[in-house]
Amino acid sequence: MPDFIAEWLNQNDIFNAMTIMEYWDGLVTTVHLVFLSLVIGLVVAVPLAILRTVKNPFVSGPIWLYTYLFRGTPLLIQLYIIYYGVAQIPGIQDTFWWEIFKEPLYPALLAFPLNTAAYTTEIIRGAIISTPNGEIEAAKAYGMNWFLRMRRIILPSAARRAVQAYSNEVIFMLHASAIASVVTIVDLTGAARNIYSRFYAPFEAFIFVALCYMALTFILVFVFRKLENHLLRHQRPVNG
Amino acid sequence: MLDLKGYGPALAEGAVVTIELAFFSLALSLTLGLLGASAKLSGSRVLTGVATAYTTLIRGVPDLVMMLLFYYGGQVAVNALSDYLWETREIDFFFQFDPFISGVVTIGLIFGAYMTETFRGAFLAVEKGQIEAARAYGFSTWHTFRRVMVPQMLRHALPGIGNNWQVLLKTTALVSIIGLTDMVRVAEEAAKAERMPFHFFIPVAAVYLALTAGSELFIKWLDKRANVGVVRGN
Repeated sequence: MPDFIAEWLNQNDIFNAMTIMEYWDGLVTTVHLVFLSLVIGLVVAVPLAILRTVKNPFVSGPIWLYTYLFRGTPLLIQLYIIYYGVAQIPGIQDTFWWEIFKEPLYPALLAFPLNTAAYTTEIIRGAIISTPNGEIEAAKAYGMNWFLRMRRIILPSAARRAVQAYSNEVIFMLHASAIASVVTIVDLTGAARNIYSRFYAPFEAFIFVALCYMALTFILVFVFRKLENHLLRHQRPVNG
Repeated sequence: MLDLKGYGPALAEGAVVTIELAFFSLALSLTLGLLGASAKLSGSRVLTGVATAYTTLIRGVPDLVMMLLFYYGGQVAVNALSDYLWETREIDFFFQFDPFISGVVTIGLIFGAYMTETFRGAFLAVEKGQIEAARAYGFSTWHTFRRVMVPQMLRHALPGIGNNWQVLLKTTALVSIIGLTDMVRVAEEAAKAERMPFHFFIPVAAVYLALTAGSELFIKWLDKRANVGVVRGN
């Protein structure tokens, strides 16, 4: 560690090695939680989005209802229902599920993916139904069956159209993950709340995490811009 | 019939608090959005810079962190100001920074940034010829803004405002975390006391759902009205 940082840390009551470690652990928890939620959410959302475009209302109806319910209510309430709710399921405290769900991380790992999957499903569905008809006709003319068409033509084409809206959803999820601190998970916000209550120093505690979140946000924006450039490279002007 | 164990009136009052919070925040965010968009389109480098810094900062930070900062930090700032005024000028000035004000300020600031982008896009969508025509009729800048720009811009801004409003409505749930007795807070206390989480949270979720669904219909209706006479090409 450079000397001037060490010296500054020695003179500072709040940002000492211990609190920095607390923030670091919080950062790890936040990244872990957001990454897992997004991966699970995306894995769930792709098949749901495909089924949501099926004409049969008995298939698409329940998925519509699911996305409508999860998009129409606040994530905080969904988290509360799962966090307080699982403990009330009769008999759960005698099964091995209780070992998992008594940790607050797991209710959050159920609520967050369910929430982000609902939004992602609608994003992907929008991209799927706006596939140019000519692309589908061409695929049919080549004799591709439904599955091959979906895999080779529709989904890759939809991914290009969905990536921008999805990047917003990813940033939204990062910001929404701050509410994990409400159910006693010590994520970045949780670490800041602990440090605030120990030192009664709101500006230091919260402005510092605000900067951490901002850094994470800008990293995500940068990564998605790269990804977008990569996916849309065929649309780049020839001399651009 | 749904038995709310005597928490019914408190929940209803909480719902009113939630709606008030949402409307005050909306008013603040629309004001900030108009100011921000005007600043971004003003052509002045300083104003554009300030507005860009504002929207960038806000979009990088989670709403909850900002709320905690304003709520806890706001009180510390008021205390410091109060001490300073008393020591230097012997002015007795103090007020309690309550969760409602912090909530309105935070949500208003956050959605002000989103509204800025919405309004900016909408202003840019107004045809240039309209503004030129207004100038040719001798309208002043303010007059052009009020009589020509705003009415035509609103049509383009409406879908964006609607989306922001839907998100804003759901963000109000966060204010329960800093201690505002809105319906989420009441439901949480009732759920803990009665050990019946589903019983209290699901009705609250249903109220939110009704609010978002109702707004959706209202925005559709507004949109239809605002687009009267617009011929859409295919």
